[in-house]
Amino acid sequence: MLPILAETDPGEMVEGLKAIGAGLGYGLAAIGPGIGIGTVVGNAISAMARQPESAGMARTTMFLGIAFTEALALIGFVVFILLLP
Amino acid sequence: MNVVALEFPPVNHLFDWPTILFEGTPFALNKVGLTYLFAAVATMLIFGVAGSRKGLVPAGVQHVAESGVNFVEESVVMQTIGPDGKKFMPLLTTMFFFILFSNITEVIPFWQFPANSRMAMPITLALLVWVIYNFYGVRHQGAFGYLKNSLFPPGVPRLLYIIVTPIELVSTFVVRPFSLAIRLWANMVAGHLLLVTFAVLSATLWDTFYVPAALPFVMLILMTAFEILVSFLQAFIFTILTAVYIGGAMHPHH
Repeated sequence: MLPILAETDPGEMVEGLKAIGAGLGYGLAAIGPGIGIGTVVGNAISAMARQPESAGMARTTMFLGIAFTEALALIGFVVFILLLP
Repeated sequence: MNVVALEFPPVNHLFDWPTILFEGTPFALNKVGLTYLFAAVATMLIFGVAGSRKGLVPAGVQHVAESGVNFVEESVVMQTIGPDGKKFMPLLTTMFFFILFSNITEVIPFWQFPANSRMAMPITLALLVWVIYNFYGVRHQGAFGYLKNSLFPPGVPRLLYIIVTPIELVSTFVVRPFSLAIRLWANMVAGHLLLVTFAVLSATLWDTFYVPAALPFVMLILMTAFEILVSFLQAFIFTILTAVYIGGAMHPHH
Protein backbone atom coordinates (compact mmCIF):
# COMPACT_ATOMS: atom_id res chain seq x y z
CA MET A 1 0.00 0.00 0.00
CA LEU A 2 2.67 2.49 1.04
CA PRO A 3 4.80 2.18 -2.13
CA ILE A 4 1.67 2.84 -4.21
CA LEU A 5 0.95 5.91 -2.12
CA ALA A 6 4.54 7.11 -2.60
CA GLU A 7 4.16 6.80 -6.37
CA THR A 8 0.87 8.73 -6.55
CA ASP A 9 0.88 12.33 -7.57
CA PRO A 10 0.35 14.57 -4.50
CA GLY A 11 -2.36 16.53 -6.27
CA GLU A 12 -4.29 13.35 -6.97
CA MET A 13 -4.00 12.33 -3.32
CA VAL A 14 -5.36 15.72 -2.21
CA GLU A 15 -8.37 15.17 -4.48
CA GLY A 16 -8.95 11.73 -2.99
CA LEU A 17 -8.61 13.00 0.57
CA LYS A 18 -11.08 15.80 -0.28
CA ALA A 19 -13.62 13.24 -1.48
CA ILE A 20 -13.16 11.16 1.69
CA GLY A 21 -13.45 14.28 3.85
CA ALA A 22 -16.59 15.44 2.04
CA GLY A 23 -18.31 12.09 2.45
CA LEU A 24 -17.31 11.63 6.08
CA GLY A 25 -18.12 15.26 6.88
CA TYR A 26 -21.66 15.01 5.58
CA GLY A 27 -22.23 11.72 7.36
CA LEU A 28 -20.99 13.12 10.67
CA ALA A 29 -22.99 16.32 10.25
CA ALA A 30 -26.18 14.31 9.75
CA ILE A 31 -25.94 12.33 13.02
CA GLY A 32 -26.80 15.12 15.46
CA PRO A 33 -29.66 16.70 13.50
CA GLY A 34 -31.06 13.22 12.82
CA ILE A 35 -31.35 12.52 16.55
CA GLY A 36 -32.57 16.08 17.16
CA ILE A 37 -35.36 15.98 14.57
CA GLY A 38 -36.41 12.59 15.93
CA THR A 39 -36.76 14.07 19.41
CA VAL A 40 -38.64 17.13 18.14
CA VAL A 41 -41.14 15.18 16.04
CA GLY A 42 -41.60 12.44 18.65
CA ASN A 43 -42.43 14.93 21.38
CA ALA A 44 -44.69 16.92 19.04
CA ILE A 45 -46.62 13.74 18.22
CA SER A 46 -47.06 12.84 21.87
CA ALA A 47 -48.25 16.40 22.54
CA MET A 48 -50.75 16.12 19.67
CA ALA A 49 -51.96 12.74 20.94
CA ARG A 50 -52.48 14.06 24.46
CA GLN A 51 -54.24 17.25 23.40
CA PRO A 52 -55.68 16.90 19.91
CA GLU A 53 -57.37 20.32 20.26
CA SER A 54 -53.97 22.08 20.32
CA ALA A 55 -52.59 20.03 17.39
CA GLY A 56 -52.37 23.09 15.13
CA MET A 57 -50.10 24.97 17.52
CA ALA A 58 -47.96 21.89 18.15
CA ARG A 59 -47.56 21.37 14.41
CA THR A 60 -46.42 24.94 13.76
CA THR A 61 -43.93 24.79 16.61
CA MET A 62 -42.75 21.39 15.38
CA PHE A 63 -41.94 22.81 11.94
CA LEU A 64 -40.04 25.66 13.57
CA GLY A 65 -38.05 23.21 15.69
CA ILE A 66 -37.31 21.05 12.65
CA ALA A 67 -36.16 24.12 10.69
CA PHE A 68 -33.72 25.18 13.39
CA THR A 69 -32.36 21.66 13.94
CA GLU A 70 -32.09 20.91 10.24
CA ALA A 71 -29.86 23.95 9.64
CA LEU A 72 -26.83 22.08 11.01
CA ALA A 73 -27.31 19.15 8.65
CA LEU A 74 -27.72 21.57 5.75
CA ILE A 75 -24.46 23.32 6.61
CA GLY A 76 -22.84 19.86 6.49
CA PHE A 77 -24.42 19.37 3.07
CA VAL A 78 -23.06 22.73 1.88
CA VAL A 79 -19.55 21.75 2.99
CA PHE A 80 -20.01 18.48 1.11
CA ILE A 81 -20.91 20.36 -2.09
CA LEU A 82 -18.02 22.78 -1.65
CA LEU A 83 -15.47 20.01 -1.09
CA LEU A 84 -16.56 17.88 -4.05
CA PRO A 85 -13.62 17.43 -6.43
CA MET B 1 -18.12 11.90 -12.53
CA ASN B 2 -18.18 8.23 -13.42
CA VAL B 3 -19.62 6.07 -10.64
CA VAL B 4 -19.70 2.34 -11.51
CA ALA B 5 -20.24 2.83 -15.25
CA LEU B 6 -22.93 5.40 -14.51
CA GLU B 7 -22.42 8.73 -16.27
CA PHE B 8 -23.39 11.20 -13.56
CA PRO B 9 -23.14 14.82 -14.72
CA PRO B 10 -20.82 17.05 -12.65
CA VAL B 11 -22.68 19.11 -10.07
CA ASN B 12 -21.92 22.47 -11.71
CA HIS B 13 -23.40 21.22 -14.96
CA LEU B 14 -26.78 20.76 -13.26
CA PHE B 15 -27.08 24.31 -11.98
CA ASP B 16 -25.33 26.47 -14.62
CA TRP B 17 -27.60 27.48 -17.46
CA PRO B 18 -26.60 29.20 -20.71
CA THR B 19 -28.13 32.55 -21.60
CA ILE B 20 -31.28 32.17 -23.66
CA LEU B 21 -32.59 35.69 -24.30
CA PHE B 22 -31.00 39.13 -24.82
CA GLU B 23 -27.43 37.85 -24.79
CA GLY B 24 -24.82 40.56 -24.31
CA THR B 25 -27.19 43.12 -22.80
CA PRO B 26 -27.59 43.75 -19.05
CA PHE B 27 -31.02 42.09 -19.32
CA ALA B 28 -29.62 38.67 -20.31
CA LEU B 29 -31.92 35.89 -19.15
CA ASN B 30 -31.30 32.22 -18.58
CA LYS B 31 -33.55 29.49 -17.24
CA VAL B 32 -33.15 30.75 -13.66
CA GLY B 33 -34.16 34.30 -14.55
CA LEU B 34 -37.11 33.06 -16.62
CA THR B 35 -38.28 30.93 -13.70
CA TYR B 36 -38.18 33.94 -11.39
CA LEU B 37 -40.08 35.99 -13.96
CA PHE B 38 -42.68 33.23 -14.15
CA ALA B 39 -42.94 33.13 -10.34
CA ALA B 40 -43.33 36.91 -10.06
CA VAL B 41 -45.89 37.10 -12.87
CA ALA B 42 -47.85 34.14 -11.50
CA THR B 43 -47.97 35.70 -8.02
CA MET B 44 -49.13 39.03 -9.42
CA LEU B 45 -51.70 37.37 -11.70
CA ILE B 46 -53.24 35.28 -8.93
CA PHE B 47 -53.84 38.25 -6.66
CA GLY B 48 -54.64 40.66 -9.49
CA VAL B 49 -57.30 38.39 -10.98
CA ALA B 50 -58.68 37.45 -7.58
CA GLY B 51 -58.86 41.12 -6.55
CA SER B 52 -60.53 42.34 -9.75
CA ARG B 53 -63.35 39.79 -9.73
CA LYS B 54 -64.75 39.66 -6.23
CA GLY B 55 -67.51 37.09 -6.06
CA LEU B 56 -69.50 36.49 -2.92
CA VAL B 57 -68.82 32.77 -3.19
CA PRO B 58 -65.11 32.37 -4.01
CA ALA B 59 -64.43 30.12 -6.98
CA GLY B 60 -61.39 29.31 -9.12
CA VAL B 61 -58.47 31.72 -8.77
CA GLN B 62 -60.22 33.72 -6.07
CA HIS B 63 -60.61 30.55 -4.01
CA VAL B 64 -56.88 29.79 -4.31
CA ALA B 65 -55.91 33.35 -3.36
CA GLU B 66 -58.33 33.50 -0.44
CA SER B 67 -57.30 30.17 1.01
CA GLY B 68 -53.64 31.20 0.63
CA VAL B 69 -54.23 34.47 2.48
CA ASN B 70 -56.26 32.63 5.10
CA PHE B 71 -53.52 30.01 5.52
CA VAL B 72 -50.81 32.65 6.00
CA GLU B 73 -52.99 34.57 8.44
CA GLU B 74 -54.09 31.58 10.53
CA SER B 75 -50.94 29.51 10.70
CA VAL B 76 -48.17 32.07 10.26
CA VAL B 77 -49.12 35.53 11.50
CA MET B 78 -51.52 34.70 14.34
CA GLN B 79 -49.26 31.95 15.70
CA THR B 80 -46.09 34.04 15.78
CA ILE B 81 -46.63 37.83 15.79
CA GLY B 82 -50.23 38.13 16.96
CA PRO B 83 -53.04 40.50 15.90
CA ASP B 84 -50.72 43.50 15.33
CA GLY B 85 -48.79 41.50 12.75
CA LYS B 86 -51.65 41.90 10.27
CA LYS B 87 -49.78 44.74 8.54
CA PHE B 88 -47.15 42.21 7.46
CA MET B 89 -49.75 40.10 5.65
CA PRO B 90 -48.97 41.52 2.15
CA LEU B 91 -45.22 40.91 2.61
CA LEU B 92 -45.62 37.41 4.02
CA THR B 93 -48.29 36.28 1.57
CA THR B 94 -46.43 37.44 -1.54
CA MET B 95 -43.21 35.97 -0.13
CA PHE B 96 -44.95 32.61 0.42
CA PHE B 97 -46.43 32.49 -3.07
CA PHE B 98 -43.27 33.73 -4.80
CA ILE B 99 -41.08 31.12 -3.10
CA LEU B 100 -43.68 28.44 -3.69
CA PHE B 101 -43.88 29.19 -7.42
CA SER B 102 -40.12 29.35 -7.89
CA ASN B 103 -39.76 26.05 -5.98
CA ILE B 104 -42.58 24.16 -7.68
CA THR B 105 -40.87 24.43 -11.09
CA GLU B 106 -38.73 21.60 -9.71
CA VAL B 107 -41.49 19.11 -10.52
CA ILE B 108 -43.08 20.72 -13.59
CA PRO B 109 -42.29 18.33 -16.48
CA PHE B 110 -39.72 19.53 -19.05
CA TRP B 111 -38.88 22.57 -16.90
CA GLN B 112 -37.68 20.69 -13.83
CA PHE B 113 -35.42 23.22 -12.25
CA PRO B 114 -35.99 24.81 -8.84
CA ALA B 115 -34.89 28.43 -9.28
CA ASN B 116 -34.13 28.70 -5.57
CA SER B 117 -31.29 26.22 -5.96
CA ARG B 118 -29.27 29.24 -7.06
CA MET B 119 -28.18 31.29 -4.07
CA ALA B 120 -29.01 34.74 -5.51
CA MET B 121 -32.71 35.00 -4.68
CA PRO B 122 -32.64 33.24 -1.27
CA ILE B 123 -29.85 35.52 -0.02
CA THR B 124 -31.61 38.62 -1.40
CA LEU B 125 -34.86 37.68 0.34
CA ALA B 126 -32.99 36.83 3.55
CA LEU B 127 -31.15 40.17 3.58
CA LEU B 128 -34.49 41.91 2.96
CA VAL B 129 -35.90 40.06 5.98
CA TRP B 130 -32.82 41.09 8.00
CA VAL B 131 -33.38 44.77 7.19
CA ILE B 132 -37.11 44.51 7.99
CA TYR B 133 -36.82 42.84 11.39
CA ASN B 134 -34.00 45.12 12.52
CA PHE B 135 -36.00 48.15 11.38
CA TYR B 136 -39.10 47.10 13.31
CA GLY B 137 -37.01 46.12 16.35
CA VAL B 138 -35.46 49.60 16.50
CA ARG B 139 -38.83 51.23 15.81
CA HIS B 140 -40.72 49.38 18.54
CA GLN B 141 -38.09 49.26 21.29
CA GLY B 142 -35.72 52.09 20.37
CA ALA B 143 -32.16 51.45 19.23
CA PHE B 144 -30.80 51.03 22.76
CA GLY B 145 -33.70 48.92 24.02
CA TYR B 146 -33.55 46.64 20.96
CA LEU B 147 -29.81 46.04 21.36
CA LYS B 148 -30.19 45.50 25.11
CA ASN B 149 -33.08 43.04 24.73
CA SER B 150 -31.44 41.05 21.98
CA LEU B 151 -27.88 41.00 23.35
CA PHE B 152 -28.73 40.73 27.07
CA PRO B 153 -31.84 38.52 27.22
CA PRO B 154 -33.54 39.03 30.59
CA GLY B 155 -33.72 36.17 33.08
CA VAL B 156 -30.15 34.98 32.54
CA PRO B 157 -27.75 34.92 35.52
CA ARG B 158 -25.41 37.92 35.36
CA LEU B 159 -22.20 35.90 35.03
CA LEU B 160 -23.52 33.93 32.04
CA TYR B 161 -23.69 37.08 29.92
CA ILE B 162 -19.98 36.54 29.20
CA ILE B 163 -20.99 33.52 27.11
CA VAL B 164 -24.53 34.45 26.09
CA THR B 165 -23.88 37.93 24.68
CA PRO B 166 -21.30 36.95 22.01
CA ILE B 167 -23.45 33.99 20.98
CA GLU B 168 -26.55 36.20 20.69
CA LEU B 169 -24.59 38.85 18.80
CA VAL B 170 -23.40 36.37 16.20
CA SER B 171 -26.64 34.39 15.95
CA THR B 172 -29.05 37.35 15.79
CA PHE B 173 -27.19 39.77 13.56
CA VAL B 174 -24.80 37.66 11.48
CA VAL B 175 -25.94 34.05 11.12
CA ARG B 176 -29.72 34.55 10.84
CA PRO B 177 -29.92 35.77 7.23
CA PHE B 178 -27.40 33.17 6.11
CA SER B 179 -29.10 30.27 7.84
CA LEU B 180 -32.43 31.45 6.41
CA ALA B 181 -31.00 31.58 2.88
CA ILE B 182 -28.99 28.36 3.17
CA ARG B 183 -32.02 26.45 4.49
CA LEU B 184 -34.04 27.26 1.36
CA TRP B 185 -31.14 26.93 -1.07
CA ALA B 186 -29.70 23.67 0.27
CA ASN B 187 -33.11 21.99 0.45
CA MET B 188 -33.71 22.81 -3.20
CA VAL B 189 -30.22 21.70 -4.28
CA ALA B 190 -30.62 18.44 -2.38
CA GLY B 191 -34.05 17.83 -3.93
CA HIS B 192 -32.80 18.53 -7.44
CA LEU B 193 -29.76 16.25 -6.96
CA LEU B 194 -32.03 13.49 -5.64
CA LEU B 195 -34.34 13.70 -8.65
CA VAL B 196 -31.39 13.84 -11.08
CA THR B 197 -29.79 10.80 -9.43
CA PHE B 198 -32.88 8.64 -9.81
CA ALA B 199 -33.54 9.92 -13.34
CA VAL B 200 -29.97 9.14 -14.46
CA LEU B 201 -30.16 5.73 -12.78
CA SER B 202 -33.44 4.87 -14.55
CA ALA B 203 -32.13 6.01 -17.92
CA THR B 204 -28.88 4.03 -17.59
CA LEU B 205 -30.63 0.88 -16.41
CA TRP B 206 -33.20 1.19 -19.21
CA ASP B 207 -30.40 1.28 -21.78
CA THR B 208 -28.94 -2.02 -20.58
CA PHE B 209 -31.39 -4.19 -18.62
CA TYR B 210 -34.93 -2.78 -19.18
CA VAL B 211 -36.79 -4.51 -16.32
CA PRO B 212 -34.79 -3.36 -13.24
CA ALA B 213 -35.21 0.24 -14.47
CA ALA B 214 -38.71 0.08 -12.97
CA LEU B 215 -37.21 0.23 -9.46
CA PRO B 216 -35.48 3.62 -9.67
CA PHE B 217 -38.37 4.89 -11.80
CA VAL B 218 -40.87 4.12 -9.04
CA MET B 219 -38.51 5.84 -6.61
CA LEU B 220 -38.38 8.82 -8.99
CA ILE B 221 -42.17 9.15 -8.93
CA LEU B 222 -42.28 8.84 -5.14
CA MET B 223 -39.47 11.41 -4.79
CA THR B 224 -41.34 13.79 -7.10
CA ALA B 225 -44.33 13.61 -4.78
CA PHE B 226 -41.99 14.17 -1.83
CA GLU B 227 -40.45 17.20 -3.55
CA ILE B 228 -43.89 18.77 -4.02
CA LEU B 229 -44.28 18.50 -0.24
CA VAL B 230 -40.78 19.95 0.27
CA SER B 231 -41.56 22.92 -2.00
CA PHE B 232 -44.61 23.79 0.08
CA LEU B 233 -42.79 23.17 3.34
CA GLN B 234 -39.78 25.34 2.47
CA ALA B 235 -41.98 28.23 1.35
CA PHE B 236 -43.95 27.84 4.60
CA ILE B 237 -40.81 27.62 6.75
CA PHE B 238 -39.19 30.66 5.13
CA THR B 239 -42.40 32.65 5.72
CA ILE B 240 -42.90 31.49 9.28
CA LEU B 241 -39.26 32.16 10.22
CA THR B 242 -39.60 35.66 8.78
CA ALA B 243 -42.68 36.13 10.95
CA VAL B 244 -40.87 34.72 14.01
CA TYR B 245 -37.94 37.10 13.54
CA ILE B 246 -40.24 40.11 13.07
CA GLY B 247 -42.35 39.04 16.05
CA GLY B 248 -39.26 38.59 18.23
CA ALA B 249 -38.00 42.04 17.28
CA MET B 250 -41.39 43.67 17.96
CA HIS B 251 -42.28 41.94 21.22
CA PRO B 252 -39.22 41.18 23.35
CA HIS B 253 -39.43 38.39 25.94
CA HIS B 254 -39.92 39.60 29.48
